[in-house]
Amino acid sequence: MLKEGKKYIWKDYQKEIADNHYYYARSCIRQNFFPGSEATFLRILKNELNKDIFDDPEHTTCTGIGYHSDIIPLETTMTVVARHFALMTAAGYKNLVPSCITSFGIYSEILETWHEFPETLEKTREHLFKATGREFNLPENVVHTSDIIFKFRDEIAARGRFRLIDQSTGQPLRIVEHIGCHYARMFPHKGIGGAEYPYVLAGMVESWGGEVIDYPERRHCCGFGFRQYLVQANRGYSLSCSRKKFESMEPYKPDMIITNCPGCPYFLDRWQYVIAEQEGKTYGENGQGIPVFTYEEVAGLVLGYDPWDLGLQVHQINVEPLLDKMGIPYNPDEKYAGPDGQDLGQPAELTCMHNL
Amino acid sequence: MKNIVVIGGGIAGMEASAFLAAKGYSVDLIEKNDTLGGRLANWDRLFPTMRRGSEVTEFLAEGVMQEAVKVHLSADIVRVERHHDTFLLVTTQGNELHCDAILLATGYDLFDARRKEEYGYGIYDNVITSADLEQIFSSGRDILTQKGKKPSRVGFVHCVGSRDEKAGHTYCSKVCCVTGVKQAIEVKQQIPDAEIFNFYMDLRMYGMHFEALYKKAQEDFNVQFVRGRLSEAAENLDGSLALKVEDTLAGRPMKINVDLLVLLVGCTPSEGTRKMASLLGLKLGFNGFFKTTDQHTMTNYSDIPGVFFAGTCIGPNTITNAITDARAAATAIDIYLSGNQLANRKMKPHEEFWLYPSH
Repeated sequence: MLKEGKKYIWKDYQKEIADNHYYYARSCIRQNFFPGSEATFLRILKNELNKDIFDDPEHTTCTGIGYHSDIIPLETTMTVVARHFALMTAAGYKNLVPSCITSFGIYSEILETWHEFPETLEKTREHLFKATGREFNLPENVVHTSDIIFKFRDEIAARGRFRLIDQSTGQPLRIVEHIGCHYARMFPHKGIGGAEYPYVLAGMVESWGGEVIDYPERRHCCGFGFRQYLVQANRGYSLSCSRKKFESMEPYKPDMIITNCPGCPYFLDRWQYVIAEQEGKTYGENGQGIPVFTYEEVAGLVLGYDPWDLGLQVHQINVEPLLDKMGIPYNPDEKYAGPDGQDLGQPAELTCMHNL
Repeated sequence: MKNIVVIGGGIAGMEASAFLAAKGYSVDLIEKNDTLGGRLANWDRLFPTMRRGSEVTEFLAEGVMQEAVKVHLSADIVRVERHHDTFLLVTTQGNELHCDAILLATGYDLFDARRKEEYGYGIYDNVITSADLEQIFSSGRDILTQKGKKPSRVGFVHCVGSRDEKAGHTYCSKVCCVTGVKQAIEVKQQIPDAEIFNFYMDLRMYGMHFEALYKKAQEDFNVQFVRGRLSEAAENLDGSLALKVEDTLAGRPMKINVDLLVLLVGCTPSEGTRKMASLLGLKLGFNGFFKTTDQHTMTNYSDIPGVFFAGTCIGPNTITNAITDARAAATAIDIYLSGNQLANRKMKPHEEFWLYPSH
């Protein structure tokens, strides 16, 4: 594999990322799946990078899941998105930064639709005004939160206490990166590095000392695929998609998986448990799974944040093997303790995947 | 004696130069490389005969030499001035060439296969282009994978950069289909045990004997033709390539590993074409090749009196047709310079762009 060839492609997929003053759009599901990630993003931007970012409590779903599941009409999605833009306008911001890949895709798709079909923009303005009395400006810059971390990846590395390096061998950790479908597949030029050889996560991994693994099913869906999972009868298909990826990456012996989509870390994490339970098969070392992280969690680890503050205790796959490799200290007794020390409860013993 | 400058020393430029010189004109042939022959010099054997490309080059060179064409190698045009019905061209060496007509034979470039990102050319070790494979044939080297293994399974991907809106080229490159058949046979001849798969959209076997070559590939060489365009190639741990493709005849998705993947790259307008268009103020057609005066009747004519086209600078073509076109261009120039009324015929203008959705 020739990395120079990837660099040749990456240079064609660069995009403008605003330097400061962001209007933050949270994800519907990330706060439940990986509850520390969004808090960590805000912590990094405010405390480490001294950026102005507005976390608006009035912000709602973008309807992306409903839209991609064919239960929300496009006109409704446009009007909801228009409301977000109205909130951003009212708050005095011009740079929209969604936390969710699907939201990023929704915003990008609707802005493109309004550009190509200006009459739909006018209709949406009318719908929003009738429904709420609000008016809005279009954002000047729309990027995903992973783009922001990518932009400041070297600053994070410079401030970091840990690197993506196996302390026992001194070798870079071998890392699978997985971007969500809605990050660049719809609009390759809106994703850093494009859709075929995306660089947004690979760039972070490089800056933080790791080595990206390119494996045959790298481009394959994580298994979420919306209707693959949301329609209960299709869940076997969702599981088989994830399994295909695990089987493909296993020979490369990855130390971890890094993701930037709400669904991808969830399914790549949880389905490993299901496969272990159903087939007795695990894909990591010593009967463990391959730890799966969001990019904010990895940035937090690099910066030396407490793993339990990052919410890593809610992962299905134990993260301790990865923490040990990086030389990150942690207190096992505090893993399932809440912020005020209360016992959050421990998961039951798994039959096939070894608990620590 | 009237002077003609021919720009481009490939197939069309060489043959047109020889024919024009034979008609009694003084001909300067400008070639940017240090040898004549153009892209034919990089081609080993030719479809459908399997004759060496060098035989054709030698034939063309014989004409150039016999007719005492003045050849300027490693030369390029840097300036053009038009004075009524004559031209002044200045070369990179500072030579000033006065002429009564210019023949543009600036040929084509190969599609940059890296732009079909999903196939991994320039990234995966064992993805090569049809031009790379010709170089292997020409060198006499064995066909080997990057790790030196004899490939047991080879895939060919047709229409790479041709008939592809995403790649920006909606036209057919005309020569890749039959090149894929020819090269599949050659690989099979060198590695009889190898399995060969050609992935195609359509196989356009329009030329004389092309269909026979296609049939021979199937019947005598057991080349497998799969109608389906690759969605992606990915590299396996051992360096082999995992291909995902739909077999559209069977109506089923396929996943197949090959040791070597050959991309049949198409033709694109050449850099020389763009440069000369800029220097002369000539129009380019929708697809970036020179725009001819009329699609049916005046394909050798530009909109500037005294400036003519020959060969693949107006669109992809075979060697056979490039040679025929060169001779036609030579005749057109002769008619023009002799003042014959045939040169003054006009056609009602047609609009080329109506064929395309937007421009």
